[in-house]
Amino acid sequence: MGDKGVAVGLSGVVKRFGDVTAVDNLDLDIRDGEFFSLLGPSGCGKTTTLRMIAGLELPTAGSIQIHGEEMGIRPPNKRPVNTVFQSYALFPHMNVARNVGFGLEMRKVDKAERETLVSWAIDLVEMGEMAHRKPAQLSGGQQQRVALARALVNRPEVLLLDEPLGALDLKLRQQMQHELKELQREVGITFVYVTHDQEEAVTMSDRIGVMHDGRLLQVDSPERIYEHPTTRFVADFIGQTNFLEATVASADEVVLANGDRLRLSTDHDGGAAVAVTVRPERLTVHGRGEAPGGTHGLDGVVDSVVYMGNAINYTISVDWMHLEVRCPATLAGDRKYEGDEVTVSFDPDHASVVIG
Amino acid sequence: MGKGVALSTAEPMGATRWLLRGHSALVYAFFYAPIIVLVFYSFNESHLVGRWSGFSLRWYEAFVQNDNIQSSLWVSVKICAASTVISVVLGTLAALSIERFRWWGQKAFDAVLYLPIIIPDVTMAVMMLVFFGETAQLFNVIPGVDLTNGLEKLVLSHVAFNISFVSVVVRARLANLDEAMEEAAADLYASRWQAFRRVTLPQIMPGVLGGALLAVTLSLDDVVVSSFVSAVGATPVSVYVFGMLRKGVSPLINAVSVVILAASMTLVMASLVLERATSSRKR
Amino acid sequence: MDVVVEPGLEHQAERARSRQGLLMGLPAMIYLFVFFVIPLGFVVMYSFATRTRTGRTELAGWNLEAYERLGETVVRAVAFRSLWIAAVTTILSLALAYPLAYFISTRRPATRNMLLVGVMIPFWSNFLIRTYAWRVLLDSDGIFTRIMSGAGLGDGRILFTNKAVIIGLVYGYLPFMVLPLYAAIERIDWSLVEGARDLYASGWSAFRRVVWPLSKPGVIAGSILVFVPSFGAYVTPAILGGNKKGLMGSYIVDQFMDARNGPLGSSLSVLVLVVMLMGTLVYFRQGGRSL
Repeated sequence: MGDKGVAVGLSGVVKRFGDVTAVDNLDLDIRDGEFFSLLGPSGCGKTTTLRMIAGLELPTAGSIQIHGEEMGIRPPNKRPVNTVFQSYALFPHMNVARNVGFGLEMRKVDKAERETLVSWAIDLVEMGEMAHRKPAQLSGGQQQRVALARALVNRPEVLLLDEPLGALDLKLRQQMQHELKELQREVGITFVYVTHDQEEAVTMSDRIGVMHDGRLLQVDSPERIYEHPTTRFVADFIGQTNFLEATVASADEVVLANGDRLRLSTDHDGGAAVAVTVRPERLTVHGRGEAPGGTHGLDGVVDSVVYMGNAINYTISVDWMHLEVRCPATLAGDRKYEGDEVTVSFDPDHASVVIG
Repeated sequence: MGKGVALSTAEPMGATRWLLRGHSALVYAFFYAPIIVLVFYSFNESHLVGRWSGFSLRWYEAFVQNDNIQSSLWVSVKICAASTVISVVLGTLAALSIERFRWWGQKAFDAVLYLPIIIPDVTMAVMMLVFFGETAQLFNVIPGVDLTNGLEKLVLSHVAFNISFVSVVVRARLANLDEAMEEAAADLYASRWQAFRRVTLPQIMPGVLGGALLAVTLSLDDVVVSSFVSAVGATPVSVYVFGMLRKGVSPLINAVSVVILAASMTLVMASLVLERATSSRKR
Repeated sequence: MDVVVEPGLEHQAERARSRQGLLMGLPAMIYLFVFFVIPLGFVVMYSFATRTRTGRTELAGWNLEAYERLGETVVRAVAFRSLWIAAVTTILSLALAYPLAYFISTRRPATRNMLLVGVMIPFWSNFLIRTYAWRVLLDSDGIFTRIMSGAGLGDGRILFTNKAVIIGLVYGYLPFMVLPLYAAIERIDWSLVEGARDLYASGWSAFRRVVWPLSKPGVIAGSILVFVPSFGAYVTPAILGGNKKGLMGSYIVDQFMDARNGPLGSSLSVLVLVVMLMGTLVYFRQGGRSL
């Protein structure tokens, strides 16, 4: 990535439906050629944002640019983007080839070139034998591929995908995730992918933007989002985590609720109520007082033990809260039991300070 | 559909099952027996309706030779064609306007659009009678319009109730049409008009044709409104037949009835075959 | 570079779109205004107008006389008889249609479609002719009459009685009952019934507690679709009924044809309209959507 240009630039974008603010002052640059996911629970404004980029919805305020060009009130048919709809929205009265060729036909691409491009796109999604079928004769996964081909055949500057895998069953979804990622590498088009499935976003994306209540909370690589969330919502939405209530002491120190001081850098003001978040698998369990140096230890008692096969989950009560710990099964030799007095430890590098 | 498990639980067992079957068979008999008897007697030679005296086509000959019936049939065809075309265009536009757009006053329009469907024939007939009685002269001022001629009044009043039926049928179709379909067309570079022409219209076509069929049927069926607004020289066949059969049964009416019945059934059959053909192409 | 979409632009685009929608609806709107709303207005005006000695209606001297006359014994008798006949017609249709609709919806899809077509054909066939067919059957010389008396089932001559009118109305409007009922029953998720069978064991109580409540929208829709036209029926009583002035539809027609009493005819029409509007309102309250 790095220094590539901006494919989609949103600045100060607001969308209100009556009294409801669906998107609240959104600033975002999506880089050229990246696989970008907008992630968030339903109703967070991610789909509205996508629809505004497509031109299916107009922003109440703010600017949307595609490769530097201001979109303004330009209608969808005049924008250099294409969309894969959640319901696929294939035209039921046209066969696969006609569906895929529709955009080219509308742009008056001549017939010979159209045919070449259509068969290229149909082959790209491996639907070659189905070209003359009607959408009703296709399975969900096949319809999904046709919808993709129908958008990609136009070689859009940006491809917008609105929860395209939502209607598929789990197994197919995982397979399609993989294929989509491959496809994106192959065609090199910028993908903007809307999903509420955090696992999907993490496995496919170059970068993720997490949205909540119309606001963009954090934009980062999947690793950064997972390991170093900046808000409580992001930490909680992406995977399981522990929150240790704390207050900011200075720019590089926070005080836990039990009085322990922890060296963690933060840009929040001194005295601010924050939380330190640590993922369950970043915590380790030792005999009381055996925590290795350089880590922070908290004394507690094992509350419950759940054997998961590849891991063991402990719930450990330290004096003011419960901590969830996930231990890889390879360390089963150190297995603890209910009632054991232990010390739970973590490396401060694996902890983050979040607010909210 | 395709609820595979369903039928076993849904179908009652034992005696109830046979009662249900017997009942259904009887209801179908109730539906068709009168029609079959009517057809049967239309070939009766006797001029007494209930007594069979031998096969004959004389009443069909009488029908063909009866100028009054012939001309009233022609009047009906004209009214039906004109009112169907007008109401299909206006009704489809109204359906699109309500289902696909939001505008001020839409709710009120929607309510008014429902009224002609639920209003009883008699009330509608009274409305038309009073209206044309009060305003015919006003309309006649417009050059080229002559409402003393019953034909135009008939077309105008048939359109008044048919618009609503057409729009309801088309709306049902539109409501089932994924709006994302039109968005997808726009997203694929189609202009508003192209999206309508290439994506929306082909998909609502069964609804438009269904609406047209309904309009044709209602126009041919209508007796009450038509008899209130028809004038001498422009009597549609339903009004003519109604006048005849109020006086009593006659084998001639039997023949006329069978012809009308055959015509309306052919129409329905044709539309069913057409629908089957289009839907099987989709499968 | 930073061209910001003015807050006004979104509204402008929306307004342009809604103007387009309005424009599409406009022809039908104008048409219905001129040829439906205004005529309706005239009828309402007529109901408050004065009848001259010669039987003309004069749009002057507004009064409530035509409404006061609705309380008269004759008029009330007509109204109640019509209500009664419409109610009997509705109940009979429901009794005939429900088992049939149930039967159809429990068939396999192919059979189901054929059976439905069997209901659709009379629905689409000419109403007048179908009513007339009963006239042939019920004629004193007709088959029905002969079968009834031949089988010793009493006097089969019921033509020109209310019985004949009710038979005609049920026959005419039965498809209006079957189709919404079918639509409602067909939609029922049968796994619910399966579950109910587990709980209540007997098929009958499963029906009463699950199928019947779920099919209620269809029952209401069908009942209104049968009741309203039966109440204002004109053609059926005219062909099969005896006392020509005995029912609402014929009575109204009569006010305009023979009695030449426009105001009374109009107030009666308004009454019919109100009955029908109330029925429809009940239907929509019950959550029904399409007719």
